[in-house]
Amino acid sequence: MDSKIQIVSIVGAAILLLAILDLVRRRRLLERYALLWLLAAVVVLGLAIWRDGLEEIASAVGVAYPPNALFLIAFGFILLLLLHFSTAVSKLADQSKILAQRQALLEERLREAEEKLGDPEKVEEWQTT
Amino acid sequence: MRGMSVRHLAVVPAYNEAASVERVVGSLREHAPEFDVLVIDDGSTDDTFDRATAAGARVLRHPFNLGIGGAVQSGFTFAKERGYDFMVQVDGDGQHDAGQIEVLQRTMASEGVDVVCGSRFMDDSGHYPAPISRRTGIHIFAFILSRLVDGRISDPTSGFRLYNQRAISLFARDYPHDYPEVEAVLMLHHHKLTLREVPVRMFTREGGVSSISSGKSAYYMIKVLLALFIGLARARPVPEPGEAAAVSASQGL
Repeated sequence: MDSKIQIVSIVGAAILLLAILDLVRRRRLLERYALLWLLAAVVVLGLAIWRDGLEEIASAVGVAYPPNALFLIAFGFILLLLLHFSTAVSKLADQSKILAQRQALLEERLREAEEKLGDPEKVEEWQTT
Repeated sequence: MRGMSVRHLAVVPAYNEAASVERVVGSLREHAPEFDVLVIDDGSTDDTFDRATAAGARVLRHPFNLGIGGAVQSGFTFAKERGYDFMVQVDGDGQHDAGQIEVLQRTMASEGVDVVCGSRFMDDSGHYPAPISRRTGIHIFAFILSRLVDGRISDPTSGFRLYNQRAISLFARDYPHDYPEVEAVLMLHHHKLTLREVPVRMFTREGGVSSISSGKSAYYMIKVLLALFIGLARARPVPEPGEAAAVSASQGL
């Protein structure tokens, strides 16, 4: 394999790995979302360094030029990460819906309580219910 | 409040319906006086909230727009928490006739079903004034749904529905997100709750914009069809509190 592309791959993957670790260290990235990223960076870095392994994988899946196998693997991880984010966004959307509903229900309860507190006779009624 | 008597709740989902919500609430109070009226102001940017409050309804105000599914589900949650026995859903745009609620009630009492749905297409006398594209879409859903649930459904997109406690309880926990009516029929079938349709007359819209504008029709069709066929593939487990949020589903109580 061309040593130039190997160096580029190693440097790129190493920078990615360090950037992810730094984001986690600075608490900008939650560990649960960092895991898939770390796995991707480690695998790509590992294959960039271990040329024999990459060449074996390339011939096994029928890729003529081994660095392309590296891109294929990286592409697979990107798809996986995007899917992971779509599920994370869906979950957030669902949770924010529930929060909005709970908030509206609470606000209405507060309005109801305030209405009853405004009227001394109703305060008693409210306290007994 | 009313002790052990049977309690009725009318839920009116409203998104920017300031033009019609007062009349809808007024009509409910006049024609269905045993119903407490709850308007769901689903993040309106006009004065829907003030109009509904002025008309004497209780109002749940969402901080932002959740869509019809999220709005109606707030109504189910309210009904469940406050111990209502029956809940009727009436659109905020004024197309449902409050005077017809008793038709739904009579059917629920005589047939003993969990949900009664007002249909525009069972009555041959009244032609529902909707664009042909809309009617065609509704009939396609009706055709597919009738086969899925082994029973004729003529108007699966109708939101004029009366629910008993079992249905309230189910939908408070799990109600579809975006265009819920069609999917809800399938959910009822999966959960072995019963549904009957009755012919009702409906009005054309009084104001505001339908949640299904013409531009969104295609998206609506595809989304609902996807939901129907995926709905078939899952038993639609209702998530329990503390579980991971199920997308399109849970109301975490």
